[in-house]
Amino acid sequence: MRAWAIVPSPRLELDSLSKRYGDVVALDECSFDVGAGELFGFVGSNGAGKTTAMRIVLGVLEADAGHVRWDGAAITESTRRRIGYMPEERGLYPRMKVGEQLVYLARLHGLSPAAAAKSVDAWTERLGVAARRDDDVQKLSLGNQQRVQLAAALIHDPEILVLDEPFSGLDPVAVDVMSEVLRERCDAGAPVVFSSHQLDLVERLCDRVGIVRDGAMVAVGAVDELRTGKTERLIIDAPQAPDGWADGLHGIVNSARRNGATMLEIDSTADDQQVLQAALSTGPVHRFARERPSLTELFRHAVSAEQPS
Amino acid sequence: MTNAERPHRSLDALGVVALVARRELLTRLRSKVFLITTGIAALLVVAASLLATSISTDEGTDATIGVPAGAPTLPDQIAAVGASLGLNLDTEEVAGIEDGRAGVRDGDLDAFVMPDGERLSVIVESDLDPELESAFNVLAASTVLDREITDLGGDPAAVNRAISQAAVNLETLEDPRFDVERLILGMIAGILIYGSLLMHGQALAQGVVEEKSSRVIELLLSTIRPWQLMAGKVLGIGTLGLIQIAVIAGAGVISAVATDALTISFGSIAGTAAWLIVWYIVGFFGYALVLAAVSALVSRQEDINAVLTPVLMLIISGFVIGISVLPSDPDSAVIRVMSLIPTFAPMLMPMRLAIGGVPAWEALLALGLALAMIPLLIWVSGRVYRNAIMRTGSRMKLRDAFRAAS
Repeated sequence: MRAWAIVPSPRLELDSLSKRYGDVVALDECSFDVGAGELFGFVGSNGAGKTTAMRIVLGVLEADAGHVRWDGAAITESTRRRIGYMPEERGLYPRMKVGEQLVYLARLHGLSPAAAAKSVDAWTERLGVAARRDDDVQKLSLGNQQRVQLAAALIHDPEILVLDEPFSGLDPVAVDVMSEVLRERCDAGAPVVFSSHQLDLVERLCDRVGIVRDGAMVAVGAVDELRTGKTERLIIDAPQAPDGWADGLHGIVNSARRNGATMLEIDSTADDQQVLQAALSTGPVHRFARERPSLTELFRHAVSAEQPS
Repeated sequence: MTNAERPHRSLDALGVVALVARRELLTRLRSKVFLITTGIAALLVVAASLLATSISTDEGTDATIGVPAGAPTLPDQIAAVGASLGLNLDTEEVAGIEDGRAGVRDGDLDAFVMPDGERLSVIVESDLDPELESAFNVLAASTVLDREITDLGGDPAAVNRAISQAAVNLETLEDPRFDVERLILGMIAGILIYGSLLMHGQALAQGVVEEKSSRVIELLLSTIRPWQLMAGKVLGIGTLGLIQIAVIAGAGVISAVATDALTISFGSIAGTAAWLIVWYIVGFFGYALVLAAVSALVSRQEDINAVLTPVLMLIISGFVIGISVLPSDPDSAVIRVMSLIPTFAPMLMPMRLAIGGVPAWEALLALGLALAMIPLLIWVSGRVYRNAIMRTGSRMKLRDAFRAAS
């Protein structure tokens, strides 16, 4: 029955992108996709290929091989005009007024003069740089220049957002504004891809993350999915417990003492209630916590794992 | 949300080029440097034509001569003698010799003349200007001559009229090909096109490097194609230069016509201005393409001179050779050949055309050759620019930029 068919939401797909600079492999069959209304965090060490991948999506670079698709079709110039992009190398015309510059960029994205002016007013207001519209960009503080840069990425009401390190160099207030804006765009149905080294932020914000190493994706999925099969930890603060109190309990992979507390690495067969019982039998227990591996740990694990040869 | 609800208009490739050109034009049109340079250049051209006026048609008085009352024919005689010697002599009637002396002493009169029997008496302050001395000698001679004619029963006025009408019949074997005014016109044309190419060519190059050094290039190229950016910049700055040269040339033409400064026809002044604009367009287009490409090779303003110098040297050498050879040898064979070569034609051809005497085939050949270069330059420069514009860091080699696959 056609009526039951689910209309798939459009996806931004990066399909087997490869790019070399001479002998250096920047991207090696890198693939991932981001659905409409999804916030995707793109993480990896410096030089892992994040920026190269984003540049290819924007057509600033050409891939040696592979495809970028939006809604199933190869990305075109008119699609690219509907992407909001924040390059890693921030840049605006230093000797051009904030307002004029944003209007210009909006018009390059196809907005009419009236729509461009309206949008510039709205975004400079929202990002707290409205009072600086008539100042040259070079007169602004670095923080305010970042806000203008974000405005430049959003000025044309983009359908897709691709942001390279949007949080770097932002003060905590601006980080909040940025997070809010990303969430909002995403709720409005835009696929949002951003790269960041602030993994706690990525973990908190993103629906899915992709970890890239040496130009290839080594893990893609929701953070919870990436945790599957990974060891978790129990932290038990039982001051009177003797060394080795937990030895012999089922599912303990490793144990260590840290600041008087015991840290147990457990696998999925472990029974935390049994561990608690054992701890209580040694005396008082001030703290008993189950810790799941953070994205930082998952990341470390992913980028340090032996490369399959 | 469907596309229809979005505020995105369709924007075609040329629309993008127009937007880029518009930004280049408007931001520069408002710059103080541009306004001041244009104003000064226009003033200089106007001043030059005013200066030409005061030299060529001098309506001032060279000397004021006092004459005594009761010598009614003397003022006319003095004026006539002065005119025959190219002097503009004014006369002023004074009551008598004492008033004449006083006038000379006060400086109101340059000299006081009065008939003294068969001779002329002249009173001056300290010494007699040699030109005035000749005038007075001629005057004295003609006074004597007039009296002799009268004594012989003739009519001095009729004889004088006959003498003044006597003139030699001049037959020239060759037309004078180069006159000074046209040479000056040629030099002005050369200076304008040279200054304009140099100024706007460098502005273009700095603009290209500014986009690289400020990194705004990546944001731009995520929306528009390199060729659109390059074309927009060349057209925008080219239009700016065109406006400037039209204002300056226009000011020159108008002031030359208004003050009647030049004896050459309005047609040839307007023709010079028109050729100037044609050659500015062709020359700027050609050089701008090359300058945009070579400046894309560097990422910092500090490195720009190294890549610009070889190109600017072509402009400078063409101009310098023209301005140093043409005034003394307007028909120089070297200049004739060089003015056909596309690299030098934009500077030399407008100078030659303003001076005159350029065969039509030479003018058209030079233009044709220069125009033929443009598609080649678009191809080569577009390729170099596209390959080099996103490379940051050290200066890229031209050959690598030409070869590199983007």
